[in-house]
Amino acid sequence: MSDATATVARSPWLTAAGWRQLFRERPIIPLVGLLALLVGVSELVRPGIVDAGWAGVILRAAVPLAILAACQTLTMLTGGIDLSVGQIASMSGFLLATLVGDQGLPVAIAVALAASALAGLANGIGVGVFRVHPLIMTLGMTFIVFGLANVWQLVMVQTGAGVPEELRWLGAGTSFGVVPNSLVLFVPLAALILLTLHRSGYGRLLYAIGDNPVAARLSGARAWQVLIILYVISGVLAGIAGLLYSGLTNVASVTLANSALLPSVAAAVIGGTSILGGRGGFGGTIVGALILSVVSSLLSSLGQPESVRQILFGAIIVLVAAAYSRVTAES
Amino acid sequence: MTATATDLLLEARDISKRYGAVVALRSASLAVRPGEVHALMGANGAGKSTLVKILTGTVRPDGGTISIRGRPRTIHSPGEARRGGLVSVYQDPALIPDLDIWSNLRLTATPLSPFREWLTELGLERLDLSRTARQLPLASLRIIDLARALAAEPDVLMLDEMTAALPANLTERVLEVVGRQRGGERCVVFISHRMSEIASVCDRATVLREGRTVGVVEVTARGAAERIVELMLGEILGDIPAQPEAAARGAARAGGETPRMSARGLSAGTKLHDVSFDLYAGEVLGVVALEGQGQDELFDVLSGSDRPSGGELLVDGKPVSFGHPADAIRLGAVYVAADRAEALLMQRSVRENIALPFTTRLADWGVIDVRQERRKVDGAIERLQIDTRAQREVRRLSGGNQQKVTIARWVAGGLRTMLCFDPTRGIDIRTKHQIYILLRDLAEAGAAVLLYTSELKEIQIACDRAIVIYGGRVVGEIDAAHADEESLLRAAHNLPPDAPTPEELAAEAIAAETGGGPAAGAPAADGR
Amino acid sequence: MSAAAGVPDAIPGRRPADVVGSLLRRGGWTLGLIGLLVLLLLATKLIQPSYGLRGIQGLAISVLPLALVAVAQAIVVIAGGIDLSVGSMMALTSVVSAVLMENQSEALSIAVVIGVLVLGLVVGAVNGILIVVTRVPDIVVTLAMSFVWAGGALYILNTPGGGSAEWLRQLTLGSVGIEWIPRAAVVLAVVVAVIWIPIRRSRMGLSIYAIGSDPVAAHRSGVPVTRTKVIAYMLTGLFSALAGLSLTASTGIASPVPGPYTLLSVAAVVLGGVSLTGGRGGVLGPIIAVVVLSLLRTDMTFLNLNPNLATVAQGVILVGVVMFGSLLQLRRSRA
Repeated sequence: MSDATATVARSPWLTAAGWRQLFRERPIIPLVGLLALLVGVSELVRPGIVDAGWAGVILRAAVPLAILAACQTLTMLTGGIDLSVGQIASMSGFLLATLVGDQGLPVAIAVALAASALAGLANGIGVGVFRVHPLIMTLGMTFIVFGLANVWQLVMVQTGAGVPEELRWLGAGTSFGVVPNSLVLFVPLAALILLTLHRSGYGRLLYAIGDNPVAARLSGARAWQVLIILYVISGVLAGIAGLLYSGLTNVASVTLANSALLPSVAAAVIGGTSILGGRGGFGGTIVGALILSVVSSLLSSLGQPESVRQILFGAIIVLVAAAYSRVTAES
Repeated sequence: MTATATDLLLEARDISKRYGAVVALRSASLAVRPGEVHALMGANGAGKSTLVKILTGTVRPDGGTISIRGRPRTIHSPGEARRGGLVSVYQDPALIPDLDIWSNLRLTATPLSPFREWLTELGLERLDLSRTARQLPLASLRIIDLARALAAEPDVLMLDEMTAALPANLTERVLEVVGRQRGGERCVVFISHRMSEIASVCDRATVLREGRTVGVVEVTARGAAERIVELMLGEILGDIPAQPEAAARGAARAGGETPRMSARGLSAGTKLHDVSFDLYAGEVLGVVALEGQGQDELFDVLSGSDRPSGGELLVDGKPVSFGHPADAIRLGAVYVAADRAEALLMQRSVRENIALPFTTRLADWGVIDVRQERRKVDGAIERLQIDTRAQREVRRLSGGNQQKVTIARWVAGGLRTMLCFDPTRGIDIRTKHQIYILLRDLAEAGAAVLLYTSELKEIQIACDRAIVIYGGRVVGEIDAAHADEESLLRAAHNLPPDAPTPEELAAEAIAAETGGGPAAGAPAADGR
Repeated sequence: MSAAAGVPDAIPGRRPADVVGSLLRRGGWTLGLIGLLVLLLLATKLIQPSYGLRGIQGLAISVLPLALVAVAQAIVVIAGGIDLSVGSMMALTSVVSAVLMENQSEALSIAVVIGVLVLGLVVGAVNGILIVVTRVPDIVVTLAMSFVWAGGALYILNTPGGGSAEWLRQLTLGSVGIEWIPRAAVVLAVVVAVIWIPIRRSRMGLSIYAIGSDPVAAHRSGVPVTRTKVIAYMLTGLFSALAGLSLTASTGIASPVPGPYTLLSVAAVVLGGVSLTGGRGGVLGPIIAVVVLSLLRTDMTFLNLNPNLATVAQGVILVGVVMFGSLLQLRRSRA
């Protein structure tokens, strides 16, 4: 797969070993290179398309995906995964839409995020205390949340649902013509996540538990504390992403964000986070979400159908993951 | 050594192998004749296991040739080796845990009736073959693995530490069966640490040291055991200024100082029965024990990894109950493991590894004070002289530097009691010295250090006194300064001080020397 | 004479008592599931006295695709992997079969069915080879490939459509012999008996269990680990194709959008007693688990409960069973 990475690099002045080292230690640089390449290709195939408005569209789509992918990044760092985030996001958006009419926006947001946190808490207890495999725990939670959301839908069928104006402003609106309003939420959130991962004791423990749970335990870390909080965070982030999705699409449905589950894992994997734990970060994930977003837009501007987008998504994930496993392999 | 290449059943020449920066084999050679039981010997880290892996096709060599019956071969996989007439019995049996024994036999196409016969020969005739491998004890699995290999009638049978963890009666059977392979068409490569076994079943022995074949010895010749020992121990430990004031401190203690840590009748699992001792501030207390006398369980209990099933643990005179290593760490009792893979975050940096214990408590989950962390970490790196050229990923460090990182982790954060479980296992001699000196310095500065080591020599160098554990119980205490290796050995075997016979001692010395630690230590075999 | 080659697979002298003993020891989970199934059937009859022939037949037909995909997932999980692309492979094979069979002759449709099964093998082989060659974790590769196969399905057929040969449709309808034996159940039994059981009993089957249980020991026992892994993924592809065909057969058309089959197959496999760490379990457990889950849903409908609560119950059961299992394991390791 080194061929693939080499075409991406276009860097004949770098030796193979230097390139490997760069990729291993600063994966974000080649990733940004790939992103730039994709932007370049977009401009090439549709001259003039790359402008401020285009960037705004890309960002608006990438922001909720990046937040959902943050859930995967954080859980994957500990060697886990959270398959329930898509369903939790859908539930959160739907809950808000059904409550906002009677209860007002603040209460609706609070209830939506509290429900998301609750689902995350259950995940965390299952994974951290009962040591259920995260794949199974979060899969089961997907069923549970889906079922409960549907029950809720039947209960609320009389009142009807609508996405409030404020949410549409946040999810789909722009300021000064081009800057997506969702950045107001995303920039501080991303900064917080990055700070947590790189400058906090809690972030260190996420990496430690994913890299070697035995070593973490012998050093005095209590994994269950870390994991419970982790999955609560993941649930809340999913809830926030769900609000943005329903704002972006102006739709409230119990399955709205489910299709974003696999792309959220993909963004984290492309961003260099290892599903085996202990390696990766949120910076790469943001770039990964942007890459997926640019690819989508590129393909739709080419008039390619959804099918081609999906196939290309899959191919990119395999290629990038293979490149990572190549450069990070021992000897 | 008059045999020409074509007379040889198995010949490996100038095999070399390196893993990254680590050279496992420089130039290893092995020549085995038909009808021979051939010992492969060497201390830990000498390259035995790498050579075995190469011969069985698990690992590809970087250089060298392998011939079977004079024909050069490249062995790509154990399956291929098996078809080529080379079958191995590994230290960890190659039986599939979730398959029953029947299925395991089918997997390797083993004929049943010879297997049954060998099983009977080996003393395991009453085995229920419908049990899964997971349900059987390790000793039975080893025997099954051996019977399966014998039933395949290989040209070359490789036995890697076959008798380790076998009860005495089974060991006897195994040796008898192996001995019977002599003089036939086939051959056996026998890898063992135990000199007495080598002497009883082998014809010749090839000795490896530091990745090279350093000699081939006719086992039946006079003085063979001494010669083998000489070849195995290349480097002799230099002198370390040992504890000068041990005796003085012992006297001070009589005055009623409270021990830092006390065990009162601790028991755990099936191996630890009744262990009591006092560990005082300012001393290095050694633990002398053969493999598997309960020391693993003892350290697990002391470090909070496991709860004891009986007895009492006191820290500073107060009873404590550790439910998690964090409880022990809070009281300043820290643990250094033999296995670096257990202690390190291999993909993370040296800095993160050393700083790991700083952030484990809930109260420390917030923003890290980077400057303070750097100061502590750099201090520890400097104190332990860690080579940080490959600091971005700990897995790229050498074994010695990795072990230093696991110690630096505790030195950086401050400690009161250090529990060291064979901390010098498999690391180079220079780093060993540094670690002994560090342990002495820590004790000097007021820490209490408990040191188990598989190398008896270290007890004498690093400890003030030592307790002897045998069969899960403390059977004696030794003043380390006056203990020579021989008396330590006798104590470890729980023998009375006057039970000599030089041959036996030599054999045991080798067994103990190489039991867990690398080539180092005194020339144990000079008897007297 | 070197390393006994050519020894027949079957070892003579295996006593029946051994077989029974080993069945009892290992079949506990499956027996428990069967017991649960019987209880559920009785409960169904109590709740809805009119439940009978039609109910059983409906159950069999509706369960068939899920049962087949559960078998597909079980095989690869036993081999120590996991395949998150089974749902997409179903969609792809279903679409291909429906497009090719629409308005075609009987004879041609048989060729189509065979072609689609070969397609399943090929698609599974691609999954397996990518995993083995790139050394990327199974879960990532199959996740990525789930996009690719689903994209392929969408490329071929943009909206639900196509058609099914009549004989294929009839294959799952009605009953065989006495009317209490639904044809769909017979089809399932025959397919599993013809494809999986011979493999399970051969050295290939042992190898699949071996690489899932302990790849190192398997390698040392001479099992070609990578090849076996690819074959396991091929079998998963084959059973996914069968599941896809059964979708086409049961609805008469094909939908390019993958259903919830991937997640349900993982759930069924876990409930069916297959260890996610590989090497343990069989295909019968997952099949029964599928029936239990779907009967549960039926019962809840009969009880006039909100049918969505059945989904909640599925999730709770999935998590509860695994929690229970890990609690048992924790207690055992402490003892």
